[in-house]
Order: sequence, then C-alpha cells, then structure tokens
Amino acid sequence: MTKTSRRIALAGLSAGLMAMTALTGAAYAQSINLTYLIPSGADGVAVAEELVKSFEAANPDINIDIETRPGGSEGDNLVKTRLATSSMADIFRYNSGSLFQAINPAQFLVDLTNEPWQADVQASFKQVVTAPDGTVRGAPMGAAMGGGIYYNKAIYEELGLSIPKTWAEFMANNEKIKAAGKVAVIQTYGDTWTSQLFVLADYYNVSAKDPSFASRYTAGEAKFATDEAALRGFEKLQEAHDAGLFNEDFGAAKYDDGIRMVAAGEGAHYPMLTFATTAIAASYPDMLDNVGFFAQPGDDASLNGLTVWMPDGIYIPTTTSNLDAAKKFVAFVASVEGCEAQTRAGGASGPYLVNGCTLPDDVPPAVSDMLPYFAEGGQNGPALEFLSPIKGPALEQITVEVGSGIRPAADGAALYDEDVRKQAQQLGLPGW
Amino acid sequence: MAVMTETGVAGAAPLPAMKRRSPYPGWFFLPAAIIYGILFLLPTVASLYFSLTRWNLFSSTFIGFDNFAQFLREPFLIKGLINTVIYALVTSGLKVVLGLLLAVLLTSQIRARGYLRSVVFFPVLVSTVGVGITFTVLMHPTQGMINEGLALLGIKGPGWLVDPNLALFSVALVDVWKGVGLATVIYIAGIVAIPKDYYEAARIDGATSFQNFLYITLPLCRPATVTVIILSFIGGLRTFDLIWAMTRGGPGFASDTVASVIYKQYQAGFYGLSTAGNVVLFILIAVLVVPLTMLLNRREGHE
Repeated sequence: MTKTSRRIALAGLSAGLMAMTALTGAAYAQSINLTYLIPSGADGVAVAEELVKSFEAANPDINIDIETRPGGSEGDNLVKTRLATSSMADIFRYNSGSLFQAINPAQFLVDLTNEPWQADVQASFKQVVTAPDGTVRGAPMGAAMGGGIYYNKAIYEELGLSIPKTWAEFMANNEKIKAAGKVAVIQTYGDTWTSQLFVLADYYNVSAKDPSFASRYTAGEAKFATDEAALRGFEKLQEAHDAGLFNEDFGAAKYDDGIRMVAAGEGAHYPMLTFATTAIAASYPDMLDNVGFFAQPGDDASLNGLTVWMPDGIYIPTTTSNLDAAKKFVAFVASVEGCEAQTRAGGASGPYLVNGCTLPDDVPPAVSDMLPYFAEGGQNGPALEFLSPIKGPALEQITVEVGSGIRPAADGAALYDEDVRKQAQQLGLPGW
Repeated sequence: MAVMTETGVAGAAPLPAMKRRSPYPGWFFLPAAIIYGILFLLPTVASLYFSLTRWNLFSSTFIGFDNFAQFLREPFLIKGLINTVIYALVTSGLKVVLGLLLAVLLTSQIRARGYLRSVVFFPVLVSTVGVGITFTVLMHPTQGMINEGLALLGIKGPGWLVDPNLALFSVALVDVWKGVGLATVIYIAGIVAIPKDYYEAARIDGATSFQNFLYITLPLCRPATVTVIILSFIGGLRTFDLIWAMTRGGPGFASDTVASVIYKQYQAGFYGLSTAGNVVLFILIAVLVVPLTMLLNRREGHE
C-alpha cells in the first residue's frame, strides 16, 4: 500500500514538473531575450535599469538582461575582445569619439544611419559616432557633459569669492581659500583618470586661441610641448601643485572621496566632468545644493567657455541575433520617453542630445550653472577627443607625475607627444 | 629464422635496453605533446612573429624591429627594467635572510612551534590581490592604520605608496611579508634534513650556538638557499599582480616593472608592442637566471 501510494505521488510529481517545464518553455518561446552591456557603477546601472523597466513595460514581449563590465582601459579591452570574438551582447554602451573609432565601427557595428529617430538626434552627437565611411552607428545614451571645476558654494559665500573668469582670478581665489586654512583644490590620484582634467578641460581655451589645433594635431604637425596654448593645460596643473593647494592625501584619495569632499566642503574646487552631478545626487542628496560648477578659466576673460564632452553611445554589434528587437530598444533610448526615464533614474546632469527632450525646472545648481554655456551667447566647444581620433593612453600617468611634482610640465607634455605618436601609428594615420 | 637470428645478433643489445627505459609506446606521449604544442609552442612562435608587427586583433602589418626599438625607447621602460631588477634583488634577498632566521627559530625548541609555523606560512595562502588591496588601505597616507599608529607615537609616517621614492619598496616589503612563509618552509625542510651527528660533535667540541649556525646550518642548507634564491628571484622578475593591485605602476611611472609596462601597452591596444615587451621579458629572465642557476649549482657541486 505504502509503496503504491508513494509511486503514485512520484508519478504525479514528475507529471507536474513536466507540465511546469512545458509551460515555462512556452513562455520563453514567445518572448525575445536581449542582453545589454554597460559599464559598472551605481549611477549607470540605475539608469540602465530604469530604461529597461520602462521599455519592457511598453514591449512586454521583449526581455532585456543587463550585464556589467569594468570601466577604463580594462573595459576598452573587454569590449574589443568581445567584438573580435563575436560574443558581444545584443546592445552595448560605450564611449563616443576617439574610443569609438578604435573599435573599428564600420566592421563591427550595425549601420543606424537610416533609422527614423536619427532625425531628432542632434548633429553634434551624430558626428562623434560616425564611422570613417560616413555612416552613423550609434544613439546618444546620457546627457552632454562639461569638463570644468566643481566648487563648494558655502566656501565661496563664506569667503566672499566670485566665479573666476581667468586663470589668474582662479589662482587668487585659491590663495584666499588656502589662507583661510581650507583645501583649495581637490585631487584624487588614487583613481588616476581623474588627474587628466586640468589638461583635458583646458581644450576650449586652446581652441579659442588656435582653432586649427585639432586638425594640425591629427596630422602630426601640432604638438603639446611646442604649442604654447596647448602646453598651458600641463602648466596649470603644475602651478596648482607648486602653490600647495591640494588636499594632503591627493596621491591616494579616490574619485568617491573627491565628490564627497567638494559636496561636504572639505575642499573648495574639484576639477571633474559633470557626470559627477549624478553621483553626488545619489550619494549625498542633501548636499547637492552646495555644489556649483564653472568652466576651467583661460587667460582671457572674453574667451571664457566650456569644454564639452559628448555622452556615450549605445550600439548594436553586427553579430546580434535579434536585430529588430535591439533596434527597438535603441530607438526607445533615443526618444523623449528615453530621456525622461534617464532623468527619473539619475536626475538631470546636463542637456540631452535628442530634440524635444527637456530638463525639469528644479535642476541642481551644478546643472543650471552649466546651461548658460549652451544657451544663446554662451561659448562651448567639444573636447579634443571628439575632434581627433588620437588620445594617448598614458596621459593619466603623466598628469599624475606633473600634478605630484615628479615631472615638470614641459617634460610631461613632451612625453605625452611621444605617447600620442604611438597611438597615431597604431591607428595607421598618415603623416606619423 | 634468418630474421630471428638477425635481430638476435644486431638488435639484441639495444632493444631490451630501450624497452627497459620505456615500457610504453611513443605515441602515448602524443596527447601531452599536442596540448603542449597548441597551448605553449604555437603561441610562443606566433608571439615571436607578432612582436614584429603592428596588429589590432583584426589585422596586422609587418614592421620589422620597430616595436623593439619603440619599446626600448619608452622613457618609463628603462625605469621599469631597473625597478624590476631592484625589486627582484630586494625581495629575494630579504626572503633568504628572513626565511633562514625564521626557519632556525622555528626548528629550535620553542613554545607553540606548530602554531607559529602556520602563522608564518599563512600569508602564502591568501590571494595576492586581496593582500594588495588590504595593504593599500593600511598604507593610506592619512587614514591608513600604519600611519595612524605611527602618529600615536608622534611620528609622521611617509606616503608609503604615493611617495615616488618609496612606492616600489613598500610593495616589495608586502611581497616579502606574503612570500617569506614559503622560503621558511623550504629552509625548515633543509635544516631538519641535516644529520644531528654534526651538532652532537660540535657540542662535544664546545661550539656555541652561533658557531653551530655559522659552520653547520648555513653551509649544509645551501640546496635550500639555492632553491629559495632562484624561486624568489624569478618570481620577483616577473612580478605583476601585487604591483598592479597596489599602485598600478604609480605614482606616475615610479613603481613600473617590465610586466606592468607590458600590461599597460596591451591595455592601450598596442598589441604588437606588448608582445615585443614579452619577448624582451623572456630574454631578460633567461639572461639573468640561467647564469645564476649555473653559478649556484656549480658551487653546490664543489662542496
């Protein structure tokens, strides 16, 4: 008796299991699964999750799994390797500009030139995801960014300082802040990439003086060490170090320390890209209103303008098995609903590059400080990495050296020129 | 019959000898040979070729010895070469001295010997990257436990990993902390293997324990010394994981070694250049270690 009943129970159980397997099998067969590869980082993941959630709500038959990868050069390698071995996710997020050119877009990415939504994407972005054959291969993911200097508004108020329009004014502010016993400039070489900002964010000032620099640089004619305007970026970094303005632990502090310090008033200035606004909003929401932003000042107040970074793009590799579904997701990201989802998840960090996308009225001061540079009468220009395919990979180590006082500015610039030459040769550019 | 006689006459002597040496047919080695060939020989030969090209995962151009010229011209490479040798010398030297002293201590009659032996060996078992990250936190210039401890004593600690003159030595010290357990174990084995008769004879002659160490222990554990020197020297020359976890070759290029320079070239997408770097590293290790091995082994033979 017991034996029989057990057998019956077993049979019933296995039948039930089979039925369940069959059911889930059927459910999977109806929906399409896509993978979406993004760089890791709390703010980026939150935005991706919100985008996927809104997209899946509108497209119940498509299911998107988010994968993360490391950022920085490790991530660059991973993306290149996965593309080369045909194992890339169906959709992935990656830099635009010079890094986009280095992944061989014409060979590996789906041509998106004729997608209907491209009509609403601003031309300034299309430029930086255009393959050498003239076709557009990506859609904007995120907002335009500025490279410049975050400042702590409470310290500025307390010491009665005003926003500097020239480098001399900036250094005068720094001296006052230092005299008040505070850290004037935050540097965080524990994350080496953060050391490049003084050089990279100075590019608007270079191009204001010498508009042809980018093309001569790409052709191998203009060099950082010999071009007076370009050398200034390295010199500014050295000046800031030599004046003793940095936080005591600048060699070991990390990016997360940097945003905390500027938000909490442990330091007055932090040179950074404005994507940090999202990070501050996520980690220190109650201190967000303490943080303002201005462009890195040049030597001439009338030429004050902002160096602009284009956001990442999202791309579809030619190896995807669900091209139509992947295109649907890309179209969603490049739509007004897509911008809204991004703002919901990460807050507004700057102007979007899709026509019709607007920012909410209550943007944080760091964002509203940035908007005048984009408005009528404001001045802005793209960073060098969007005007030229060449960016030397060792810049962050060189700027750490210059910023730590190990190497003088002129030496650092000359060393960077060597680094740039290697990259140009690797890309096979003429004239090198 | 004729055949039998012929083999009996001509092949009798060598054939049984060969059979005795290897009872298995030659093709038994084939699977291992194929794996070795595909996973080691083929990539090695391919890398020799690719070190002469500029390639980007998708295509390659032959450029002769340009990569080597470029690699040797890298301003931080010369520094990396010097750093590599300094690092190998410092770590292997300290491991020999400390390993021997610890081994002498841990073979003598002391309390809790077994426990202390495991304590000394424990760091060897921990992941290198984990050790690197932990020590990076401990060595933070203002919030690290080491400098906070020194501050309690009224000493202002240095920036262990951010001072360009100090960073390499800080990493080397951590390497010694992590690796000295292995050297100690090798030495313990060497010391335990020394026959007790020598010590008894020495005691009858009235030798002090220092004389025991100098004239018995030290010379008789030379094989252990040779092993420790060679292992830690090669390990030091190709060190990468600890340096990468702790300083990434920084600040700037101050603690770059050949291996970290190679990795950075690879990260930057200069695949030809980094392959050339690997060939240089291969030659460097061979040039330094082969004579070292020969020298140490010859001395051992003369003993």
